[in-house]
Amino acid sequence: MTTRYTKDHEYIRVEGDVGTVGITDYAQNALGDVVFVELPDLGKKLTKGGEAAVVESVKAASEVYAPVSGEVVAVNDKLPDSPGAVNEDPAGQGWFLKIKLANKSELEGLMSEAEYADYLKSIS
Amino acid sequence: MRYLPLSAEDRGAMLAKIGVKSVDDLFSDIPADKLLKEPVALSHHASELSVERTLGAMAAKNIPASSVPFFVGAGAYKHHVPASVDHLIQRSEFLTSYTPYQPEIAQGTLQYLFEFQTQVALLTGMEVANASMYDGSTGTGEAVLMAHRVTKRRKAVLSGGLHPQYADVVRTLSEMAGDTVVSAKPDVTATEDLAKLIDAETSCIVVQSPDVFGNIRDLRPLAAAAQAKGALLIAVFTEAMSLGLIESPGAQGADIVVGEGQSIGNGLNFGGPYVGLFAAKQKYVRQMPGRLCGETVDAEGKRGFVLTLSTREQHIRRDKATSNICTNSGLCCLAFTIHMTLLGEKGLRATAELNHANAVELAEMLEAVKGVKVLTSAFFNEFTLKLPGNAAEIIEKMAKKGVLAGVPVSRLLPGAGLDDLLIVANTEINTDQDRAAFVAALKGAL
Amino acid sequence: MLNNQGRPTSAGEATGSAHPTFTGNRALMVEEALLFEIGRADTTGVDVVKAKPVKSRLGGQERKKPIGLVGLSEPEAVRHFVRLSQKNYGIDTGLFPLGSCTMKHNPRLNEKMARLPGFGDIHPLQPQSTVQGALELIEELARYLMVLTGTEAVAMSPKAGAHGELAGMMAIKAAIEAKGEGATRRVVLVPESAHGTNPATAALIGFEVKPVPARADGTVHVRDVKKLLGPDVAAIMLTNPNTCGIFEPQVVEIARAMKKAGAYFYCDGANFNAIVGKAKPGDLGIDAMHINLHKTFSTPHGGGGPGAGPVVLSKRLAAFAPVPFIRRKGKKLELVEHAADAGAKQKPFGRVTAFHGQMGMYVRALSYMLSHGADGMKQASEDAVLNANYIRAGLQDLMSLPFPKHPSMHEALFDDAWLKDTGVTTLDFAKAMIDEGYHPMTMYFPLVVHGAMLIEPTESESRASLDLFIMALRDLAMRAKRGETERFSGAPYHAPRRRLDETRAARNPILRWVPPQPIQQAAE
Repeated sequence: MTTRYTKDHEYIRVEGDVGTVGITDYAQNALGDVVFVELPDLGKKLTKGGEAAVVESVKAASEVYAPVSGEVVAVNDKLPDSPGAVNEDPAGQGWFLKIKLANKSELEGLMSEAEYADYLKSIS
Repeated sequence: MRYLPLSAEDRGAMLAKIGVKSVDDLFSDIPADKLLKEPVALSHHASELSVERTLGAMAAKNIPASSVPFFVGAGAYKHHVPASVDHLIQRSEFLTSYTPYQPEIAQGTLQYLFEFQTQVALLTGMEVANASMYDGSTGTGEAVLMAHRVTKRRKAVLSGGLHPQYADVVRTLSEMAGDTVVSAKPDVTATEDLAKLIDAETSCIVVQSPDVFGNIRDLRPLAAAAQAKGALLIAVFTEAMSLGLIESPGAQGADIVVGEGQSIGNGLNFGGPYVGLFAAKQKYVRQMPGRLCGETVDAEGKRGFVLTLSTREQHIRRDKATSNICTNSGLCCLAFTIHMTLLGEKGLRATAELNHANAVELAEMLEAVKGVKVLTSAFFNEFTLKLPGNAAEIIEKMAKKGVLAGVPVSRLLPGAGLDDLLIVANTEINTDQDRAAFVAALKGAL
Repeated sequence: MLNNQGRPTSAGEATGSAHPTFTGNRALMVEEALLFEIGRADTTGVDVVKAKPVKSRLGGQERKKPIGLVGLSEPEAVRHFVRLSQKNYGIDTGLFPLGSCTMKHNPRLNEKMARLPGFGDIHPLQPQSTVQGALELIEELARYLMVLTGTEAVAMSPKAGAHGELAGMMAIKAAIEAKGEGATRRVVLVPESAHGTNPATAALIGFEVKPVPARADGTVHVRDVKKLLGPDVAAIMLTNPNTCGIFEPQVVEIARAMKKAGAYFYCDGANFNAIVGKAKPGDLGIDAMHINLHKTFSTPHGGGGPGAGPVVLSKRLAAFAPVPFIRRKGKKLELVEHAADAGAKQKPFGRVTAFHGQMGMYVRALSYMLSHGADGMKQASEDAVLNANYIRAGLQDLMSLPFPKHPSMHEALFDDAWLKDTGVTTLDFAKAMIDEGYHPMTMYFPLVVHGAMLIEPTESESRASLDLFIMALRDLAMRAKRGETERFSGAPYHAPRRRLDETRAARNPILRWVPPQPIQQAAE
């Protein structure tokens, strides 16, 4: 199991050929209280960097971009009713969707946990 | 200048505090050759009395609805509005407040918007309503765009009973947005078969009831036909008073209901400002345009209201917003809400019944006039007459006799070969004498 | 037992500091239930003549069930709405420095004029021979707008600012299509500092929005525009004076560059009030600009509308103005309501609303213009600018200016750099202003400035009023810097409501009243 990060503050946790996608603790903190999450349809084919989901706070709406290309194999059905999970447990209960990776080599362009921590320091 | 509190002395002292010599130093970013040295070529400032005289003279050239027997409708209706409505909407705190972006000091506006949304939802038979659109016509354009978003299709089918100016608004917006509109032919007697125009590309059918010719339409089969093909039924009305008596569009299966609320609380105003009513099924709420007011609590747990689901709107979503709308019709909503509160279920029903009874009575009187035919079989307070001559010419003659008789169809649909048709509205304001004057003037003009 | 507003339901239950008063009221601040909690189905505040019995012609479509509406008698209704009004802040209450929104005094003469039966009680479709005075008024207002803006034409019918933007951009699209460039010119340039309506409008009619960066001094530079210009660009949408309250110094150069590139210049006229009578947008080279009558010409904002947004058009766009418009025919004025009647020269792009626009707002705006006159409108612009700069001068040592190089026009923009490390945010500061009896300034807009505070006092404020406002803000600023954070984080303390939970409202939207569940069911 490996976790990788994007500059747009998404994470992808890969187990086998399936990756779980969500937003990082930094992102949920910047966004504030999440009030709504729009998730893609199952089976949707995502391309790396394309819009995968939408996350909204009271005063802001942000796109969640696909960290890698692939097919949506699961979405977190509980989020629409309890969007607060994104704030409370972004890496756990607050996950957005699962992608079946089309091309595992796309992971190589993403940041490791340590690299992401450095990245956060550089932008703060 | 009575509206400007600063004196010459104030201005001098303030410039000194700012640290500039003249006020034009503050306009230094305007290119020097573009800065106007003298006032523009318009009149000099004027006293209240003088302005009253100038505008009063213009107003005096017009014939107000309340001064004559008046039967003009087709999208705007003369109703009696209680005196307290206009008094209340002129309360300073309503009249001179802004969009309630600071809810702690705008609970007055927010609470009446919540009441307005509830009244509109009940009246239309829908689950949710927004805090108003500019008017019924622009609301219809927005409803079509919303149907496109919901269905992810881009073709609208318009009934031939839809108000022609509403249809023009939809066509203009759709053409500009690159969407498709299919318009049925003018449908004077409600005989069109819209269902056959629906295909797999159709996002919505737009049907007005009572329609522009006055026909009350049965929306149930249309809702079923649209929904069977994955399209939405957008039900439109221009006479909100009709919903006091006829079955709501929601109960007939409409997905979006949009209409003109002018009839309740608002004057004719030569066409504006009016108030667009907009309601939909709950599941489409995030695709709705316009402001929404919602209930919440404050830091002490007391109930309060806020604008909510704002992420749909332009000030947050920018080019991805559901609509570019910002201003709505706040004060006209308030007039609607107050009038509807005064009417209540009981008063609304009684007024609507009076409208219908008056219209039926006039129809019966006109059916007795030789050469005149009432074409509309099921109607609320408005119907279409077939006259033995050009309707536009006949109403001009009737106007000279002091009767404003209605809207010739040719005014809305020139060149459609419907020049002998006249749309006549009859509300609670019309008396027996008015109706007698109508019939006499018509006979004289034929 | 407590009711749903936290008030005891019988005497003797109110105790201690939790219930300082039994009713929950605080003298003039009276709690008011929802209409649906106090109204009754069988109560009405109108007396209606009983309808004569007639044979129904509803075609069997009558309602079968009650609607669910409730009514109040007139005294109850008047009290309900008066109490609601008392929970609102308006211009008549006090200084309303909401930047970009232009909350100036609304003269009551204008209200009186709009209610003359000859304006307020005429129907948009009654014979044109019976409304010549109304057409004359619209013509006269159109003339005033064209003279003040130095333009060739004006489309009067748009119903609000964003609607005027839409009409103006539609005229631009029609002009581009008439030149056969519809397929290629698809990009609209919008500065990052623009109002949200600009990108929303452009996107609505199928344009692709490309942002133009703002320079460090808060203005748009012609070089940055030129970099983006090409055969794919349809127009720029530029607000001037811009949303930072600065007159764009390079507006003439930008206009020239647009014209040279075969593109159009849409000017957002939301801030026209700063330069009325001081400069003509037409002289600056704009092609289209909407005018918010409810800002610049003081028709009341009414809690969020109605507005009016006539859009003036340059010679290049005049032919594409939508219907309806007014034309002189001999001694008479006539309304052209259909493209087919427009004549050979006109190519209307369509229609943006039923009927003819916001007549009620036209009357008020013309009444304002006649009252002020050319001299008074110029003076009003100067006073608005003077007042904004006076506030700026009074606060700039305590609060931070992001763009100190340019004079402010009608509004002064501060950022939140001065609040750094105080623990107080722009939002907290704004809410504390409420406790001081002021409406907050515009916050967090424009987006290009961190923690923006945009203060627009308008010309309606006296020097004494400005002095008190400056002192109150200085006092708050000093408290913030002293670390009195509670004063801010809990504010407002004295408003009809404390801070409202917007997260809760958005997570679980309650958008209408529903009858409460019977108590037995609720307890289950």
